[in-house]
Amino acid sequence: MKILVCIKQVPDLESRFKLNAAGTWYSEQDLAWRMNEYDEYAVEQAVQLKEASGGELVVLSLGPERVREALKKALAMGADRGVHLQDDASFAKDPSQIAAAIAAYAKDEQFDVVFTGLQSQDRGSAQVGVLLAAALGLNAVTTIVDFSLAGSVATVKRELEGGVKAVVEVTLPALFTCQLGLNTPRYPTLPNIMKAKKKEIAALPVSVPEGRTTTLKTAYPEKKGGGLVLEGEVGALADQLLALLKEKTAVLR
Amino acid sequence: MKALLVAESRQGELLAASYEPLAFAQKLGAQSAMFLVGSRQSLPQFDGPLYFADAGAAGDYQPDLHKALLQQAIAKEQPDLVVFCHSSYGWDLAPRLAAALAAPQISEVIDIVEGGYLVPACNAKLRRTVAAKGPVTIVTLQAGAFSLSAPPAGSPQLEELSVAGADSGIRLTGYEAAEKGGVDLGKAEVIVSAGRGIGKPENLALIEALAKALHGEYGASRPVVDAGWADHSRQVGSTGQTVAPKLYVACGISGAIQHLAGMKKSDYIVAINTDKEAPIGEVADVLVVADLKQFVPALTAKLAK
Repeated sequence: MKILVCIKQVPDLESRFKLNAAGTWYSEQDLAWRMNEYDEYAVEQAVQLKEASGGELVVLSLGPERVREALKKALAMGADRGVHLQDDASFAKDPSQIAAAIAAYAKDEQFDVVFTGLQSQDRGSAQVGVLLAAALGLNAVTTIVDFSLAGSVATVKRELEGGVKAVVEVTLPALFTCQLGLNTPRYPTLPNIMKAKKKEIAALPVSVPEGRTTTLKTAYPEKKGGGLVLEGEVGALADQLLALLKEKTAVLR
Repeated sequence: MKALLVAESRQGELLAASYEPLAFAQKLGAQSAMFLVGSRQSLPQFDGPLYFADAGAAGDYQPDLHKALLQQAIAKEQPDLVVFCHSSYGWDLAPRLAAALAAPQISEVIDIVEGGYLVPACNAKLRRTVAAKGPVTIVTLQAGAFSLSAPPAGSPQLEELSVAGADSGIRLTGYEAAEKGGVDLGKAEVIVSAGRGIGKPENLALIEALAKALHGEYGASRPVVDAGWADHSRQVGSTGQTVAPKLYVACGISGAIQHLAGMKKSDYIVAINTDKEAPIGEVADVLVVADLKQFVPALTAKLAK
């Protein structure tokens, strides 16, 4: 079994975002970076599959030098080797370009299973996994919240709206995009963090086709206004809120 | 401008969200046709051509087959835009079509702006304006971002699509209904919801106590349910329950789009958050900037008096 898991490094979403000089994306200064949350579930599922079926698990990330930190975390969670697709301007690439760059690496590697997150937390296009599968000629199933494998047939559950799940069967090789709640991502242990330091991370250049979409600008949302902001000491805040609830709602009895 | 609008059906029923692409097309002033794999018994009310395949033959959702059907419709209709909902159906099918047509896709559009489409980024803390180049552009629409001002009318002219030929490597074998039990939040007049900001499961008791003091129920956001701290029946959001109580109190909930989709129709929304910039502030009538671990017990104590 040869498994690929594709991860992205994203800023902590609790950050205060500032715009870059061109006004096309956020400025990378003063941000704390972490593994995209959806991808943590993808890594965990890949590690579990490797533990059950044996084989090799490769973790891949595209971006500037900093993404090696996310790769190291995945290696410490149990991936065997890392691939860093070097791109200092990855933020300016559209999903078709990211998928093409990953496909250029993966096409000769004959992966049986590929896991990605459902979407990134910063861009959120939910396209890269499916586009990658198409480029590699793999079946793709999105939004999985349960995964099991018998022989070469995977049975997964896709999360639909309103708590409904679809049960889907697919024959490997296949790509799966992972939804939150699929599993419980492990924390790397100290011994595994130490072991991961010795694992290989190959650095490869990327070249991508022309993009299909362009970001013209990025901006802050317009404040709708109207919403009241209360700040201060907790007791006084509680009194203020109670007064508002009495005035504006009919729920206080 | 010609648009092909992708409607959705599940188990023979047209989904209400199918009209959101119609609202988008109206706003854009586009000439529209619809596309549906569904049932003849549950067709959209729409005055125009409907490219239709029977789900009995095409399957509720067999991705490769539905993609092939869409390609048939596109070949006949020659649209400039193909419009999906950003749903489990749309975000799965749209990129398959984009790959097949080598077409640009713009996901989760919330508005039409000069030069392109507006999409959220970083949990709605930022907004991008995105333009596409291609003979046909594929867009998916954020749930609830577009709605019709009046109920739709009319009956569509069916253009039948042929379902023969295409094979799907992905087989839908059945559905699992939402877990029952627990609580029906739809009936609660007051909901106090816990988000990731509660920090640890023990703090759920604070939320429960406030809900009780307000004669309501407690709910939870997705991370709290995924962590196993609350039952799935308590989950508010697009993958949980959609609620519209008289009062919704969001405690330590940043306001992910999926959560907002499930609660923004509440009559009065109070958010309690340490982050003044949290996206929940966009829908809240009142944002209390405070640590919920101190504020919630203080409020509960005053309510008890």
